[in-house]
Amino acid sequence: MKRNLQIKFGVIAATILLCLFGIFGLPTSLAQVKENFQKNIHLGLDLRGGSHLVLQVQLQDAFMATADVTMQRLQEELKKQGVVLPPMDRNSPATLDDADKIQINVHGVPVDKTSLFRNLVAEQFPDWILTPVSSTDYRMTIKPSEAIKLKQDTLTQTMHTIERKINALGLAESSVQQRGRAEAEAELLVQLPGVDDPARIKALLQEQAMLELYEVKDGPFSSEQEAMAKHGGVLPLNTKLVHAVARDGQASGYYLLAMSPVIRGTDIRSAHAGQGETPGRWETDFVLTQEAAHRFEQFTESNIGNRLAIVLDGSVISAPTIQNRISDTGRITGAANEQEASDLALNLTAGSLPARVVVEEERTVGPSLGADSIHEGYVAGLAGLIAVVISMLIYYRAAGINATLALVLNAVILIAALAYFDATLTLPGIAGIILTIGMAVDSNVLIFERVREELRAGKGVAAALDAGFSKAFLTIIDTHVTTVVSCAFLFLFGTGPVKGFAVTLVIGLIANVFTAVFVSKTIFDWELSRKRVATLSI
Amino acid sequence: MEFFKNTNYDFLGKKWPFIGLSLLLSAAGIISLFAKGGPRYGIDFRGGALMYVKFAGTPPVDRLRKAIGARIPVDVQEIVGSNEVIIGTEVRSDAALNAARQTMDQTLEATFGAPAGKLDINNTGASELADRLREALQRAPVAMPEQDLQALAKNVLTFRDTPPRSGLITSLDDLAKVQGVTPAVMNVLKQETFPGQFAVRQTEIVGPKIGADLQHQAILAVLYALGGMLVYIALRFEWIYGLAAVIAVFHDTIITIGLFSIFNKEVSLTVVAALLTLVGYSMNDTIVVFDRVRENLRISRREPLEAVINRSVNQTLSRTVLTSGLTFLTALSLFLFGGQVLNGFSFCLVVGILVGTYSSVFVASPIVLFWHNFADKRRRPAGVPAAVKDNARRGAAKVK
Repeated sequence: MKRNLQIKFGVIAATILLCLFGIFGLPTSLAQVKENFQKNIHLGLDLRGGSHLVLQVQLQDAFMATADVTMQRLQEELKKQGVVLPPMDRNSPATLDDADKIQINVHGVPVDKTSLFRNLVAEQFPDWILTPVSSTDYRMTIKPSEAIKLKQDTLTQTMHTIERKINALGLAESSVQQRGRAEAEAELLVQLPGVDDPARIKALLQEQAMLELYEVKDGPFSSEQEAMAKHGGVLPLNTKLVHAVARDGQASGYYLLAMSPVIRGTDIRSAHAGQGETPGRWETDFVLTQEAAHRFEQFTESNIGNRLAIVLDGSVISAPTIQNRISDTGRITGAANEQEASDLALNLTAGSLPARVVVEEERTVGPSLGADSIHEGYVAGLAGLIAVVISMLIYYRAAGINATLALVLNAVILIAALAYFDATLTLPGIAGIILTIGMAVDSNVLIFERVREELRAGKGVAAALDAGFSKAFLTIIDTHVTTVVSCAFLFLFGTGPVKGFAVTLVIGLIANVFTAVFVSKTIFDWELSRKRVATLSI
Repeated sequence: MEFFKNTNYDFLGKKWPFIGLSLLLSAAGIISLFAKGGPRYGIDFRGGALMYVKFAGTPPVDRLRKAIGARIPVDVQEIVGSNEVIIGTEVRSDAALNAARQTMDQTLEATFGAPAGKLDINNTGASELADRLREALQRAPVAMPEQDLQALAKNVLTFRDTPPRSGLITSLDDLAKVQGVTPAVMNVLKQETFPGQFAVRQTEIVGPKIGADLQHQAILAVLYALGGMLVYIALRFEWIYGLAAVIAVFHDTIITIGLFSIFNKEVSLTVVAALLTLVGYSMNDTIVVFDRVRENLRISRREPLEAVINRSVNQTLSRTVLTSGLTFLTALSLFLFGGQVLNGFSFCLVVGILVGTYSSVFVASPIVLFWHNFADKRRRPAGVPAAVKDNARRGAAKVK
């Protein structure tokens, strides 16, 4: 064998070994071969089952919460300076796009305190722009730069909270990422492969789990009208009417609560589910942070005999009477079953979402469909491949073996590349593979037809092979580069599935130039080098 | 073996009937698209909720329509050849999205699921099943460590999901084959669970905003990709070749989408992937022919372009037929064995390969020829010498 040929075979052998290693690793048993294969080839959600969710973060919630905190702080700071203002209010942006239109209305600033008020806002609340409305009233709007920061922070925080929830559920291989390129895009993409109970997971992720404890001012009332009637049609200052859900012996109704909570979701350190005193009853216990425990202790001490409302995601779930001083623990009773209690514990520990999330898109593939798709795809792929191989062998005889080897090697390289790049194989990815195989067949056909032409023109075997390969090579480069160019655009501008198609196709095309041109030619050269061949089986 | 040896068909001489056929097919597609107000977009692009539900026997389509239709407007479609239905509802607002899904879920469970108090084993997850069995097993009493319980639940569901059951158990007795299901466990299973008549195989919910986004992005990506190919081919050949290739591909896409519209098939994201594949195939075919034209033009400078193109098409004919035939075989096997998920996808490929092969010969090549003839005619009154004329023919754009 010529030295040149030896080097070429070395390159091919090294490539094959590298690919096999990428796909199967270094197995020691037959079972491990299968196991490593499944570990290295990641199947997409559409093939193995699972859920794909796009969650829209309702950023306006975070803006409203920020405005509430600002209002409270501003009142406190002013009080320190000896100025007591009538209650401030804010607007409630209804949609995501209006989130940064949040505004706080300040009323009744005494004219002689104007400069004090203005200085205070400028110094202590630099994130807000103060605009006078009249001599005593002002409007505060959030600075654009601050709005962008708040949006980003809220998104990041939401993402981390959802990540914590998913991790607590023990869902392997799940991912949460921000969707879209623009920073302002308030959407998160959650991928949950292999999840067999998507409805529960979805509910769990959406649960804002905002636990708040409020002082009960009055109630319960059976309806909103009743509550309003009792207070002369106007709610007392700094109070709000909150709906109570029917749960664990509590009838549905309304409570009049203090405007701001004693304890917020962020004050909770940990939570866990446990059996109640009566067996079969489940409850969730939570522990407060040190700072909150101190606050809670003071509050409960001075409010013994009063009622305390436990509010979860905006609804009162129970309103027990404070029996004695409580420091750092609390308990939520009345879960319907163990799962509900432990889900709540998980949510409380993971932390509350800074804003509500709404499911914008869900694609769930049941595990049985995934299994079927793989099976069917396998059968179809195999049937197609066998048909192609048989036709090639009949039409090109011995040269068909070359083509078959090149095809198989192409598929091996493609799968190995997917394993090395940690890419995920999806349905559109399979479309890419099909196109790759089609183009691989085409490359072989192009070359062989060209060689036949050269043979017909009367050239010798070696000369015909050389001419055929080099002429077909130009065409192959043109077709392949054109497709790669289009893939580049698809990758840049396309969404998930389109991208998957582009990636597999590009890998396949590069592999194809190697197998159809280099490998196939090397095999022919080797045949020629063994003996002097007068005719070519093509 | 060889099918075509030194063929010499006059392809371009017979171009008119074929161009007529192309125009007819395109027109039929476009008319159908206009009449139906655009392609029938899948839920991915339109916004809505879609559920693929499998039944143990023939799906009770009418009962489904009645039960769910009483609460939300639904479209129940039977997948021929399988016991599956697609229940779809279009949703115009994000808020209604989850409500629609829940309504569908609940109504299905209430109408076809397990009786009250039992867990529907065909629509449950492993952790839910384990939770359900834990206490019942203790009461039975069957001693089972937590680890074994989890493994049992998993085994039962894996058994349920593997073909031929594919997600549906019709009788709990089938579970006796599962590892870990002893007669005692079987009793508990029978007492706590029930095999419902249906299994939800796939759920797709897409908000209208995201749907519009996806649609927009898919169209944009395809247009950019076409533009990219046009520029590359224009650089490698001449601009008219790039334009002709892109027009041919566009022609294939129009006809395929038109056929989707005529057959009332849905255009989903997977179909877009198939359209991309067909664009790839068609472009590949066209370039192979053009490449040969370029090569032949270099050898025989004096021959009229029509003859050169004809000869090039003939020379590549064997390759064209073989490649298209083989890829067509693959697509056909996918269409026949690929299952319902890939149905739209493979339909698109089967049509696309046929149209794409033919468009390289009868759409792309005539366009190049027309343009050069047109460019020549404009020059002829000025009395251009023959040699220059031939040069001009090969590089009209550059000379102009």
